[in-house]
Amino acid sequence: MAGKEVLTGVHFMDGDEACCEGAIAAGCRFFAGYPITPATEVAERMSRRLPQIGGIFIQMEDEIASMAAILGASWGGAKAMTSTSGPGFSLMMENIGLGVCTETPCVVANVQRAGPSTGLPTLVGQGDMMQARWGSHGPYEIIALTPSSPQEMFDFTVKAFNLSEQYRVPVFVMADEVVGHMSERVVIPPAERIKVVSRKQPKASPDKYLPYKPDADGVAPMATWGMGYHVHVTGLTHDERGYPVMDASAQEQMIARITGKIKKNAAKIISYDAMFMDDAQVVVVAYGISARSAKGAVAAARAQGQKVGLMKLNTVWPFPEEVIADLAGRVRGLIMPEINQGQVVLELERVAGGRCPVKFIGHPGGTIISPRVILAAAQEMLKEAL
Amino acid sequence: MSAKTAGGAAAAHPPVHPQDHLLRTDRLPHIWCTGCGIGIVFGSLMSAVMKSGLPLNDVAVVSGIGCTGRMAGYIKLDSYHTTHGRALPFATGLKLTRPQGKVIVASGDGDLFAIGGNHFIHAARRNLDLTVICVNNLNYGMTGGQQAPSTPFGAKTTTSPSGSPDQPFNFCALAAACGATYVARWTALHIRLLTQTIGEALAHRGFSFIEILAPCPTAFGRRNKIRNPLDLLRFYYDRSVVKNKISPDQAVMDFQGNLVVGKFVDVAKPTWLDGYRQVNSGQVGEWPEVAAEVPIPEKHLLGA
Ligand SMILES: Cc1ncc(C[n+]2csc(CCOP(=O)(O)OP(=O)(O)O)c2C)c(N)n1
Ligand code: SF4
Ligand SMILES: [Mg+2]
Repeated sequence: MAGKEVLTGVHFMDGDEACCEGAIAAGCRFFAGYPITPATEVAERMSRRLPQIGGIFIQMEDEIASMAAILGASWGGAKAMTSTSGPGFSLMMENIGLGVCTETPCVVANVQRAGPSTGLPTLVGQGDMMQARWGSHGPYEIIALTPSSPQEMFDFTVKAFNLSEQYRVPVFVMADEVVGHMSERVVIPPAERIKVVSRKQPKASPDKYLPYKPDADGVAPMATWGMGYHVHVTGLTHDERGYPVMDASAQEQMIARITGKIKKNAAKIISYDAMFMDDAQVVVVAYGISARSAKGAVAAARAQGQKVGLMKLNTVWPFPEEVIADLAGRVRGLIMPEINQGQVVLELERVAGGRCPVKFIGHPGGTIISPRVILAAAQEMLKEAL
Repeated sequence: MSAKTAGGAAAAHPPVHPQDHLLRTDRLPHIWCTGCGIGIVFGSLMSAVMKSGLPLNDVAVVSGIGCTGRMAGYIKLDSYHTTHGRALPFATGLKLTRPQGKVIVASGDGDLFAIGGNHFIHAARRNLDLTVICVNNLNYGMTGGQQAPSTPFGAKTTTSPSGSPDQPFNFCALAAACGATYVARWTALHIRLLTQTIGEALAHRGFSFIEILAPCPTAFGRRNKIRNPLDLLRFYYDRSVVKNKISPDQAVMDFQGNLVVGKFVDVAKPTWLDGYRQVNSGQVGEWPEVAAEVPIPEKHLLGA
């Protein structure tokens, strides 16, 4: 049953399906998962697609196992992913931490639904954003991308793999139920036009190689199983040899390395789209499906001659601190719509640092945020600022 | 093993012991207590790996968390010390991406059967080609001796100060019931038989499980009647009776003279990967008229 690896062409597909095609185009050949609405379609399509192209799909017994399995697959040399939603994301947290600590490239797509607990399984939410940032214990940095359309599900999943391979860190595709389930036009470029990044391999001989000694970019080359390096990989605090060292100074060095590689390269990792931002007096900062709502609101405001702009975050973590700090000094106010009780807006407020008012628009989930509500808030803010 | 074959690695000292080339000697001394049974099992494992003739670049060791879980940290192979209970799902991903290699899972009774119990059940059911070595020391050694799913009824631990009210698992019976295709049990004093069994398990295609009853004098022995490490080791050995090929249900461990050891299961069945290839090549037909199971030799799926 041969199948094409890259389905070049114009498609009408939903976000979950586009996520699979992005993964495969990026080189994903291992998927372990557990069904959960609204991410099940990712697993279903992967179960059909991966066997066609010589990959492995395995349905595990739970999300803990799924997360552990993709880490194992990554150390076996494969590009690996899983997909889930809130309850499963909660179960994955401990092994996400193992992935961070052992610097294991892998991708987790979280098609968010409304929580807490079982919540609204079939309805949209954006309530896992802080969990994505801080959900596993201990200090770390993470990368999270926020697609707002099926096309971006494809594009950002490719990017998620590239970033995870480049920086050796689990990367989250923080989608949501609406983006996962809506069907739209998705253009898949020819394979040769899709940028694919793979992890660096060691050049040093096994007796010279230090598995956790980073290069100048902050990232160490990765010796996976079978390359002859006989590396020890542990979630205990470890030194550059990968050996456990139980003291504060080893901890400080390791944390500096795993956080430093993301912080140092933040400007390269961060991605956002600016719409009417240059002359804007009020800017809506939004991500995921709420960025679609915001786009409608901004277009409506501009149609009425009101200077409202949009900063659409493609990466929420790392947070674009510098751009926002600068923006906050130039505008009369910032607005953030989120389908939660106020999560990323806390970061927006922190970074704005009182230089301009920050308004939050949100609700705990079940439906999208209406563009009208955002428009009204923007108009209100324009008036207040006069 | 001569110094010549063992050279080249980043060992802290030149090999002085025949197993040194499989040891991260630069990590010694190890953390295991005097009189602990884990070291014996570890030595047996290294002997079996050496005797197996498997290319060492193709052997990986995966552990969970616990005293036994530290095995992964001392063996000089690609070795993965994962999270508590999750060695098996990690090993699942590792093995399925490089099926040509051999993956050994070495972990404790608590790791594999309490927190990791669900993974054990499913890994055995799938007959994944993994060799699982479980050091059963009747308690949680690493955390100071708490009750485990192996703790005998009435035995004292720090969380069962008046004796454990639970009934323990029979791990071998559980493994066999779940679908393990190779199941054996020894005590840590059956060194030669243990090494031979690990060798067989490494050569076995499918889910092999070996339980080793081993003393934990520090955390378990001293709270119960047998405090001296050697006495504990000898107690297990003396009470053991070898009964090969019996149903693991009958392989009881009541410590009163019915401490059954031996090789209980050794059957050939298709692995998960055999089944995966079979269904995906369209050879299976439509349920319920599915074709009989046919083992297919493994070759790796990924890459050229
Ligand atoms: C999620 C989680 N819970 C608890 C622990 C603490 N813990 C570490 S080892 C261990 C028990 C180990 O027992 P066993 O697997 O029997 O190994 P042994 O030390 O006896 O060899 C526990 C409870 C942990 N590391 N992670
Ligand atoms: S606590 Fe028990 S199991 Fe752990 S090293 Fe000591 S004797 Fe061995
Ligand atoms: Mg134990």
